[in-house]
Amino acid sequence: MDADYTYYLIQAMNGIQYGFLLFLVASGLTLIFGIMGIVNLAHGAFYMVGAYLAFWLAGATGNFFLGVAIGVPISVLLGLLLERLGFVHLYHRDHLLQVLFTFGMILVIGELITILWGDDVHGVDVPAVLAGSIPLTDTQAYPVYRLFISAACIATALGLLALIRYTRLGMMIRASASNREMVELMGVDVNRLFMAVFGLGVGLAVFAGMIAAPVNSVYPTMGDDILIMSFVVVVVGGVGSIQGAFWGAMLIGLADTFGAVFVPEAAGVVVYALMALVLVWRPSGLFAPR
Amino acid sequence: MTPRFPSSPLSPSLVLPLLFVVVAVALAFYPLVGETFYVRLMAKIIVLGILAMSLDLLVGYTGLVSLGHAAFSGAAGYITATLILKAGVTDMALLLPASLAVSALLALVIGWISVRTSGIYFIMITLALGQMTYLFFHDVSYWGGTDGVTVWDKPVLAVGGLTLLDLSDRTVFYYTAWACLVAVYALLWLLMQAPFGQIVRGVRINPGRTRALGHDVQRYQLAVFVIAGTVAGLAGFLEVARSGFISPAHLGWHESAMVLIIVILGGMGTLVGPVIGALTLVLLEDWVADLTSHWKLAVGLFVIAVVLFLPNGLVSLLTRGAGPPWLRRRRAAPAEAEGGDDG
Repeated sequence: MDADYTYYLIQAMNGIQYGFLLFLVASGLTLIFGIMGIVNLAHGAFYMVGAYLAFWLAGATGNFFLGVAIGVPISVLLGLLLERLGFVHLYHRDHLLQVLFTFGMILVIGELITILWGDDVHGVDVPAVLAGSIPLTDTQAYPVYRLFISAACIATALGLLALIRYTRLGMMIRASASNREMVELMGVDVNRLFMAVFGLGVGLAVFAGMIAAPVNSVYPTMGDDILIMSFVVVVVGGVGSIQGAFWGAMLIGLADTFGAVFVPEAAGVVVYALMALVLVWRPSGLFAPR
Repeated sequence: MTPRFPSSPLSPSLVLPLLFVVVAVALAFYPLVGETFYVRLMAKIIVLGILAMSLDLLVGYTGLVSLGHAAFSGAAGYITATLILKAGVTDMALLLPASLAVSALLALVIGWISVRTSGIYFIMITLALGQMTYLFFHDVSYWGGTDGVTVWDKPVLAVGGLTLLDLSDRTVFYYTAWACLVAVYALLWLLMQAPFGQIVRGVRINPGRTRALGHDVQRYQLAVFVIAGTVAGLAGFLEVARSGFISPAHLGWHESAMVLIIVILGGMGTLVGPVIGALTLVLLEDWVADLTSHWKLAVGLFVIAVVLFLPNGLVSLLTRGAGPPWLRRRRAAPAEAEGGDDG
């Protein structure tokens, strides 16, 4: 009986931890759409790039945390370069063209990763400091690293919240989310704002990919998996809403984890069925801005 | 900026059907002159062309950008393959209606949920529900998992002991697929000329105004969604009859996105464009795959180039940037019009 409780507790913690990761990716996705008006299919590819960077840098430097500290700034810079060279052509274009452009980007990034690191599934070692487990009962334990992921995500989420609530950049972000034209007219340099938002989104996705790498293996289609889950999160929460992304991520993270526990043969379908239900009830998500 | 009238003396409403006739005649005569390998490639292109035309109905004519269209052809393909493999049915008079019915039903369910939304929501929802269909065939072991289903028997159409069509004969298959291509084109073209088609175009250009005129916009969108899904089902049936193989990858969203690329590459809202797009992309893939094993890199760059430099498609080169009038007007309109009206 007691062991049963512990089992569900572990599953719930896994679900919340997955939800936090989804939140980091989905918040970038929803910001990029809400502020810049861009449907970014390549967002999952950024997450994947993060995971591969973790694999590569942790191996090269011998220290996972050093790898993260080097990898995130580098990929944000690469992301900004991508924004200047590619995404800048997509502002004010049809969603259709944005979808196809970013899909092309997925193919390119995916193939470059295959060229660099091959098609195999890779693993990243859990850093030694966090390698232990906390015993919950005689037979069950919870890995410290998963707690670390949740803690890191909470810290990042709080940081994001503080940024949006209390800084000048955050003020511009909130203003643009509600009325982009007005913000332009007030003299805000939209180009720089877009770069900041895009860099932020890339940073969040890459960071999520890096810290998730030791628990999820690193493989070529991982970007697709997280992208589609993040889309579900964004749709359930309401496009453009950070708050919606948070609650959507929690809901989907838990639904996916418990779906695998209770209906293992249809685990993949549970999340989508939940999404369909939400949409039938509220066609523009739970926390739609309008 | 764009001229309101085509600089070419030819009107697109005349050029496009004429172009299709040229393409169809060329495809009809190709087996007489082409090498076997390329004739088989053409058969693949014809089937893909049917799939792309059905998506054009959604994207080009109705303004519904679906990222889950391969789900319908894939589901029909799975039904065809499993009926042949597990029930031993090869009778086309049974296989074809069964697969069309399944794809129509699936399109009805997915469409019912999706058309309640618009713009980016529609894109994301069709993607997610398409992926759900993918997972259904991927996870449930009855359908054979990642490996999919391989069948050796081909559909046969026979009336009383007389065999009319035996699709295991490659020539018979080629011309059956060709006849389907022509029939689908004619059907969709007529449908879009009919009052139904006029209203559907209205839905695309301005959903709010169409609703104000008293038309139930969502019902029209759902009708188009089901028609497009059913035609996609025909393509799925033909694909299994052609290759004898179906796997979850046929339903995945990469497949859906590639079909979308084909529609844009050829020229959306033209019906003939998607066929030309299928021809171009398949030949390109075949050519690049010969050169390098990293053909995906080349295809990805090609896709990006098409979006940046040829967003109106190859057909627009012929009609000198004219395109069909409803596209021309739209290009001049600000991009904000998308989805904004529908709330």
